[in-house]
Amino acid sequence: MNWAVVTPLLIFIFIIFLIGIWSNRKMSKASSFLSDYFLGSREFGGIVLAMTMVATYGSASSFLGGPGAAYSIGFGWVLLAMTQVATGYFVLLILGKKFAIVTRRYNAVTLIDFLKERYKSTPVVLVSAFSIIIFLFAAMAAQWVGGAYLIQSLTGLSYTAALFIFTVSVLIYVTIGGFRAVAITDTIQGIVMFFGTFVLLIAVIVAGGGLSNIFSDLMAENPNLITPFGQDGQLTAAYVSSYWILVGVGVIALPQVAVRTMSYRNSKAMHRAIIIGTVVVGVIMLNMHLIGVFARPVLPGIDVADQVIPLIALDVLPAWLAGIILAAPLAAMMSTVDSLLLIVSSSVVKDVYINYIKPQATNENVKKVSMGVTGIIGTVAFLLAINPPELLIFLNLFAFGGLQAAFMWPLVLGLYWKRANKYGAIASMFTGISSYIAIHFYNESYGDLLGVHAVTIPIFLSFFIFIIFSFIFKKEAYEFPTQRIKKQA
Amino acid sequence: MKNKREAQEPRFAVANREALIGCALAAFNIMWWYGFAYGLGSKPPEEYTYVLGFPAWFFYSCIVGFLVMVLLISLVVKFVLKDVSLEDVEEEDEVNSA
Repeated sequence: MNWAVVTPLLIFIFIIFLIGIWSNRKMSKASSFLSDYFLGSREFGGIVLAMTMVATYGSASSFLGGPGAAYSIGFGWVLLAMTQVATGYFVLLILGKKFAIVTRRYNAVTLIDFLKERYKSTPVVLVSAFSIIIFLFAAMAAQWVGGAYLIQSLTGLSYTAALFIFTVSVLIYVTIGGFRAVAITDTIQGIVMFFGTFVLLIAVIVAGGGLSNIFSDLMAENPNLITPFGQDGQLTAAYVSSYWILVGVGVIALPQVAVRTMSYRNSKAMHRAIIIGTVVVGVIMLNMHLIGVFARPVLPGIDVADQVIPLIALDVLPAWLAGIILAAPLAAMMSTVDSLLLIVSSSVVKDVYINYIKPQATNENVKKVSMGVTGIIGTVAFLLAINPPELLIFLNLFAFGGLQAAFMWPLVLGLYWKRANKYGAIASMFTGISSYIAIHFYNESYGDLLGVHAVTIPIFLSFFIFIIFSFIFKKEAYEFPTQRIKKQA
Repeated sequence: MKNKREAQEPRFAVANREALIGCALAAFNIMWWYGFAYGLGSKPPEEYTYVLGFPAWFFYSCIVGFLVMVLLISLVVKFVLKDVSLEDVEEEDEVNSA
């Protein structure tokens, strides 16, 4: 065990925990457990909002899987990763003010709350909850695996032991703080990640002997590494461009991102978050993926590409600095897992339990059920992560695609199209999910259908199906309530 | 009832306009990204030119493209987006009158 690295890492994690505990104290005074636990009582300022978006969206695949892929594939993957710049501004501009206003009127604290009030349909709620539970489990498992890889690289422990440590840390962390802890610690982690990526990038360039030397080495090894097309020429323009949907504009439909757009204090906070979010996402994505490619000449022959970042950090930085810089993505993975846990928990507790099982539940009752469900889900995710897939990024991207296929149009059209109704929403969700899963397995067997990522066709299919079914079963144009609706529970 | 609906409309109109702006920004971003990456990047790598140490296709697509988007977004935020209240005015009126 390398204590020179582990010590600053543990100190950083401990500080994060202290902040979580402080948040718990503050939470105990909140008037409504549900909105505070799940939504932080809607008082995010601009920097907090931007950083929660970044730390939630950035994850194991951004800090380990993505750079690992760039290490293997070259500059084509860096190009692909830069499609994520849009997440900084697009979500807040599209959902932004209208979603914030409407969800306040609905007293909504989850994406499903919005869908429930907008469509007044039990099938929409249940399909939504099911989708969230299934697909976010895949995303959570990806974080678990990433966190375990990182701890494993730093400590030399076995994968399973590292996984267990990660699981316990996360469950303690989320239970004591809920969403507010996530938001506050996201901000700190985002800042450390932002500056940490610069430090690591500079160190790698220096270790590689400068940019021209690095590029000469890459050219000598395989000229394809510095083209947009990947080390084997396998990245077509169509395939890479389809990632603008999967990790660019399609991010709008991820429940863990959409919930952030209910959470801010006012328009000024949103405006500030748009700029900060774009800068931070762009810088982190660019820097981390460049580090992945540049690591190739510096540390040739890494077999498990997902471990490039911890290995390169340990190689080119003084131990204490490597510990701090690696602590931030580890904390970000914990943060992402917390967000996903809370969303899955809210699907079970609020969207199913309170809506359909026990509408009269007391605050105390809800609190116990919420924390119990969080613990159970965390344990199941741990069990799922014991046998990790070969490519870490696979799990995350599968989850993203499924959620987008399910939620893109019920969310966007529900907000902007008066004619959108429950029949369109249900048909859209079924079409999106079923075609996504079918195409996903087809692509695994026969190669990418039409040469694009599996999510591309379902997005267009579910859009047309939504419109067709909304017109076939036409209803009156929907009008949003003009003031806050009466609270039920 | 009509009065209330008319009152809410200006804020939704602002939100709708900003959503379209978001779409326009994303479309521009994609075109810039694609144009430089595949316009300059489709040559054999031996023929690549370099800017500040990076291949020109990558420099203009990913680095300059990112900086241009930050500038554009900052201008939009500063000069185009409008502040609107996220809370409902009616509630405040009711509170004041009570």
